Amino acid sequence: MAGHASTLTYVAQHHRRRSIEDPLWLKVLLIAIAVGFVSLFLVVPLLSVFVEALRKGVGAYFSAFVDPDTKSAVKLTLLAAAIAVPANLVFGLAASWAIAKFEFPGKSILTTLIDLPFAVSPVISGLVYVLLFGAQGWWGPWLMDHDIRIIFAVPGIVLATVFVTFPFVARELIPLMQAQGKDEELAALTLGASGWQTFRRVTLPNVKWALFYGVILCNARAMGEFGAVSVVSGHIRGETNTVPLHVEILYNEYQTQAAFAVASLLTVLALVTLVLKSLIEWKHAKSVAAASASTTRQFATK
Amino acid sequence: MQRRVLPGFGLTLGFALMYLGLIILLPLAATFVKTAGLSWEQFWSTVTSPRVVASYKLTFGTSFYAALFNVPMGVILAWVLVRYQFPGRRFMDALVDLPFALPTAVAGIALTSIYAKTGWFGQWLEPMGIKVAYTQVGVWVALTFIGLPFVVRTVQPILEELEPELEEAAATLGATRLQTIRRVVIPALLPAIITGFALAFARAVGEYGSVVFISGNMPMKTEITPLLIITKLEQYDYAGATALAVVMLLVSFALLLVIQLVQRYLFRSRA
Amino acid sequence: MSIEVRNVWKHFGDFTALAGVSLKVETGKLTALLGPSGSGKTTLLRIIAGLEFADASDDPDWGRVLFHGEDVSNIPAGKRGVGFVFQHYALFKHMTVFENIAFGLTVRPGSARPSKKAIADRVKELLELVQLEKFGGRLPHQLSGGQRQRVALARALAVQPKVLLLDEPFGALDAQVRKDLRRWLRGLHEKLHVTTVFVTHDQEEALELADEVVVMNQAKIEQIGDPQVVYDRPASPFVIEFLGNVNRLVAGLGKLNISNKDVLYVRPHDVEIRRDHAPEHSLRARVLHVFSAGNYGRVTLQRLTTGEPLEAEVPRDQLRSLNLQQGDEVFVVFRHVRLFPKGQFYETDVKDETATEADISGGI
Repeated sequence: MAGHASTLTYVAQHHRRRSIEDPLWLKVLLIAIAVGFVSLFLVVPLLSVFVEALRKGVGAYFSAFVDPDTKSAVKLTLLAAAIAVPANLVFGLAASWAIAKFEFPGKSILTTLIDLPFAVSPVISGLVYVLLFGAQGWWGPWLMDHDIRIIFAVPGIVLATVFVTFPFVARELIPLMQAQGKDEELAALTLGASGWQTFRRVTLPNVKWALFYGVILCNARAMGEFGAVSVVSGHIRGETNTVPLHVEILYNEYQTQAAFAVASLLTVLALVTLVLKSLIEWKHAKSVAAASASTTRQFATK
Repeated sequence: MQRRVLPGFGLTLGFALMYLGLIILLPLAATFVKTAGLSWEQFWSTVTSPRVVASYKLTFGTSFYAALFNVPMGVILAWVLVRYQFPGRRFMDALVDLPFALPTAVAGIALTSIYAKTGWFGQWLEPMGIKVAYTQVGVWVALTFIGLPFVVRTVQPILEELEPELEEAAATLGATRLQTIRRVVIPALLPAIITGFALAFARAVGEYGSVVFISGNMPMKTEITPLLIITKLEQYDYAGATALAVVMLLVSFALLLVIQLVQRYLFRSRA
Repeated sequence: MSIEVRNVWKHFGDFTALAGVSLKVETGKLTALLGPSGSGKTTLLRIIAGLEFADASDDPDWGRVLFHGEDVSNIPAGKRGVGFVFQHYALFKHMTVFENIAFGLTVRPGSARPSKKAIADRVKELLELVQLEKFGGRLPHQLSGGQRQRVALARALAVQPKVLLLDEPFGALDAQVRKDLRRWLRGLHEKLHVTTVFVTHDQEEALELADEVVVMNQAKIEQIGDPQVVYDRPASPFVIEFLGNVNRLVAGLGKLNISNKDVLYVRPHDVEIRRDHAPEHSLRARVLHVFSAGNYGRVTLQRLTTGEPLEAEVPRDQLRSLNLQQGDEVFVVFRHVRLFPKGQFYETDVKDETATEADISGGI
């Protein structure tokens, strides 16, 4: 609420400042450009997904979801997210605790390295695992001997998903926990709390919104990832197809309406993510303030 | 050995390092080691073959123009969102992040369907002789879409923090509005604009999902470098794929470094 | 519970925060650690609390903290029985005032944890003590600075600490609230008699509040003593300069002029201005500015021979009879001076007024 109020105050203050107020024609012009740009590049593509999905009517729309391949794709996507998100959540908490609450040499290098997956093309994020676990990879022959499949199988998809969503939670928590300092934790310690009590009762409540924010973004990316997963999947229908990969297959087979129908699922997911994200930003501006400045970096490569 | 008051340092740092090492660093290192298996001639001929060079030109060229186009658009969007009150402002603010949230494959097929011959825009543009889908223009459209939020989201917080007093001071000193914007506002935003541009560019260079549908993937013409990597992989040319990956990784790391330096400058000048 | 600190060193990288500090605080005393920022006072307080650790040393007698003669150097903060009030209070933002105060009791392991009722009673008692009975349900951000400060204090007291440590307790408050709270804290200390150490950079606060003042500068203790002593008998130029306004004059003062680099200190209230009567042992000065609001007038002067600035505090009635105007030339006499020959400082307290004046008079 505080953040919301301060925005209003700012706007109110700003409105009194006549000397730096832009003339009306300029306002109208700039808003028109902004609206035009956003409509052309964002609104129209968004609408087109639903229009194309419903082109053959509501019946055809829903029939796309009863297809067993679609169902298995949804299951696999949920599975990958269900592993990747908690894994990166635990990593995010551990890394941010170490980085925000302690001084140690190499800290800034570590912080930079956490960002690394955002700088890497998703195609390469998949490729690296092929080089490790693929038939011609480092451990490929050994894995083959032991009949373990990672590439072109579910473990590969999970690994690629973990890679591309790696920094999300950590990137949200680190700046916030750094900004909050460690006085509250130290206060808890002087009052006799144990390390775990301090973390659970003091640290966690202080970062819960940033944590939730990071999880939402992490989840959206995990379910929507295309490039990295595409490299390691092998596109085996009903087995190693995630929802985005399934969209591609349908589209390339000229089942355009079905492709868009499945795509609309992902679009709804994206919209829900945006709504939740905006709500957190508006209602809990303060608790994610430090983090929101870094939002852009989280999506540096998709 | 330095003593620490808060508990859990060894445990959390140890876990974080192990996880980072296993998931990120080891696989990335594998790429470089794999390349080392190539002789320099092999490597060089792979990464400079005509088809590959054509893909660089397309990837880096269109990424550059897409990021460049997003600079004025991003600044205008940020300005409008921060400075003006109008109906739908919050909706617009939230929507700016759509390219972050929308899976790239969905963006790819949506853009393709719009700009295809029979699409909403295609049916008007093609008679005018403007082909977008399956051309380099289409690649540019996809990369512009994907890079749209970066400049907005880097400039927006700086603009919000920019004290109105600065502009008022300029006004009282006799500067015109235009002079104020050119000499006071833009310099304050410049580090953020550069950062936003670099982020959008870096993102576009690695982009795959939204481009492959709209580009048509014709060798020498509309084939981006990430796609070439996949093509080589599908032909079991691991060495070739890895060589290209190393080139792209080096470019990405260089960009990351530039962004870090600009950010450091940005942070220092704001401190 | 007495506190003793023995030979504590503390480095942060290349920065020396504490250079061999030793200190004893007696049971029940209210002690101020006074010094400019960066003098090491907060580090010392945190080492006493167990929030920092002194640099390790092979000598078992170095870097020790003792509570009541017992070595607590290796005991973690939560088990030392200290109450710590942070500079910015460090209240738990998401907990109510009640929950904040109760925290220390609720985190105790099952067997040692008081019953819910006992905790509620204790919190109520503390809320009364800090005069916040009606605020138990509020969140920290709904309180004023002074209220937050008192919640922080109540939270620290809830666990019945044997030692109370406060880091810049009034640092973040307005001047008026600060004064009220200072008096209130003094009263509270009289009531509870918990051994208390607080950090401050405000000399007025230290002198008014503390039984004993520890003046720190550049990682070392400059002087320890009760307020009267550190003010009247400062042990070093730093102490005299840090505690209140002082005039600093260099060279040319008669018999006390041992070398040409002597530094002479005079408090403004020890400077007397005379108009007509010109005793031999005075120096001449020109009036630059007269500020006469308040009980004492402040007069800024310039010494004629050297051009050094000089400030005097003159009672109002006296100021009126002097009727000073800007540019007037007057005679100035010092009642008390302190002399610190540079480099090798030794104490030269000039207590006998006439003797001093006679001594100084020689060369002027």
